[in-house]
Amino acid sequence: MRETSLKGRIWILADRAGRLIEDIDTDQIFHNAHLHITDMAQMGPFAFGNLEGWKDFPQKCKEGDMILAGRNFGAGSSRQQAVDCLIALKVGAVLAPSFSAIYFRNAVNSGFPVLRIPDLKSLLDGKSLSSGDIIEVDVTLGKARNLTRDIAFKVEPMSEVQTKIFRAGNLFEYGRILEK
Amino acid sequence: MTLGKTIIEKIIQAHSQDEVGPGNIVWLDLDIRSARDFGGPNVVQHYERQYGNTPLSDKSKTFFTFDLCAPACTLKYADNQQICRDFARRHGIQVFDVDRGIGSHVLIEEGLAGPGQTVVGTDSHMNILGAVGCFGQGMGDVDIAFAFKTGKTWFEIPESVKVVLKGMPSPYSDPKDLTLFMCKELGTRSIALRAAEFCGEAATSLDFAGRITLCSMITEMAGIVGFVSAEGPPSVLMPALLSGEMFSLYQADPDALYADTIEINVEGLPPQVAVPFSPNNVQTVAEVRGTRIDSGFIGSCTNGRTEDFVRAADVLNGKKVKKGVMLKIVPATRRVYQELLERGILEILFQSGAIVLNPGCGGCADGHAGLTGQGEVQISSGNRNFSGKQGKGKTYLASPAVVAASCIRGEIVAPEEF
Repeated sequence: MRETSLKGRIWILADRAGRLIEDIDTDQIFHNAHLHITDMAQMGPFAFGNLEGWKDFPQKCKEGDMILAGRNFGAGSSRQQAVDCLIALKVGAVLAPSFSAIYFRNAVNSGFPVLRIPDLKSLLDGKSLSSGDIIEVDVTLGKARNLTRDIAFKVEPMSEVQTKIFRAGNLFEYGRILEK
Repeated sequence: MTLGKTIIEKIIQAHSQDEVGPGNIVWLDLDIRSARDFGGPNVVQHYERQYGNTPLSDKSKTFFTFDLCAPACTLKYADNQQICRDFARRHGIQVFDVDRGIGSHVLIEEGLAGPGQTVVGTDSHMNILGAVGCFGQGMGDVDIAFAFKTGKTWFEIPESVKVVLKGMPSPYSDPKDLTLFMCKELGTRSIALRAAEFCGEAATSLDFAGRITLCSMITEMAGIVGFVSAEGPPSVLMPALLSGEMFSLYQADPDALYADTIEINVEGLPPQVAVPFSPNNVQTVAEVRGTRIDSGFIGSCTNGRTEDFVRAADVLNGKKVKKGVMLKIVPATRRVYQELLERGILEILFQSGAIVLNPGCGGCADGHAGLTGQGEVQISSGNRNFSGKQGKGKTYLASPAVVAASCIRGEIVAPEEF
């Protein structure tokens, strides 16, 4: 059974003025100039390659890091690479108030944790979360804690289908379980 | 008590054993599953890793459509397209190859995507099929590989929202102006993750091409899919006529449940432009009039139909694109290209100095016409102008007529000035 508690350092995707960036689109996450790449292992270096202020993310990121972003994360195209490039970097999860429908599905199907955090803005305004903090999140219960500041907060727990696919590993494995 | 159903609920209920209602997650039977030259090779890779050489669930419902880099002008795309062709030959799947045009449009023209059907593909604008009453949905390569194998997908039924348009736009406005105004008014919140049903004469009087334009930009409004009421002019039946088949169309039940009803006044709406760097950042043409441009692009899944080029040709007829300005034209499909040829539209466009390219997506990705260099200002009939998407230049989004007029003048201008 896959671990449902995730722990890692957070990166808050903010602009130069410190505002949370909303509507980050897939061309900012993984630019169309690299769409020909089919090998996931090669996708990591291009993550956020077209997001102003975050082009060095692949160098800064380490295994298990989690990304916090503004609403409608993953707008735009259907490219799976915008999820795969983060998996390639071993990013632990993306948390945002909302995601584009296709991005969310793509992440769910790949077993990559995407979690809705409706009151992210007030958590940031109240300084309950800052880049570099270490957080712990239970993806199925929705319980979360900022270990650096010892503050509890909530995320939306994964839906039933999201949990099942996450536990199975990905949509293909889940499909095999359904066939049994 | 059974509640009435919205359009999306009716289509999905007809394709699922599970109970359909907002928020329910159901298993959905797919009439058509497709992949493009982008996403396609990844689908092949997943399929072969997961399922080896085992057969698809139904090869007659599975297609490749090449439209992003058509014909391939990079070695990588040439390789990727050939990976798809080889897979298609082994499995007996039909390929709508680099000569055919934008996949979603080709599926309509071929009669494969029609009213009441369910269609998925590796194209985030696949929900454009809402224009013909079809539930279309863009998906990533994991989803599509699974769909190739099983013919099914899981889907969370979205809430439906009714968008009621009041009044009629200015006669100088095109469906694109109405669409951009929807992007402005609805933003990325009002119909986010929901299905929209457009009502009111301004929506129902849209012809096939106009419905395509409106429904193509639901993605930019963060919606799941958009439909227009089935009432409307006979040309709405064009897809049925194209394929020689008649379809049944779903209408929402009178007691269908909507999460919201949004009224938008479009009376006298003038031409609109989306300014960099968001399709939702919309102003009137009058507000940005005089902005210098280097290039224009007319095409894309949003504005690549014959009707779109006719509107551009009406403006360009007997006039010239300003010296130093590039106007790139990309018909959506080979059928559109042929219609332009037969109706003399290509001649008008050519004589104006426009560059007419082979059918395809154009502009939206590295691989086709419509890219910008650092410092370049482009006006495009496409659907996205995100920072850096088409290159390092700036892209304004407008109707084909506004793009044409602006290319004559070398600056953004309304077609009514000609």
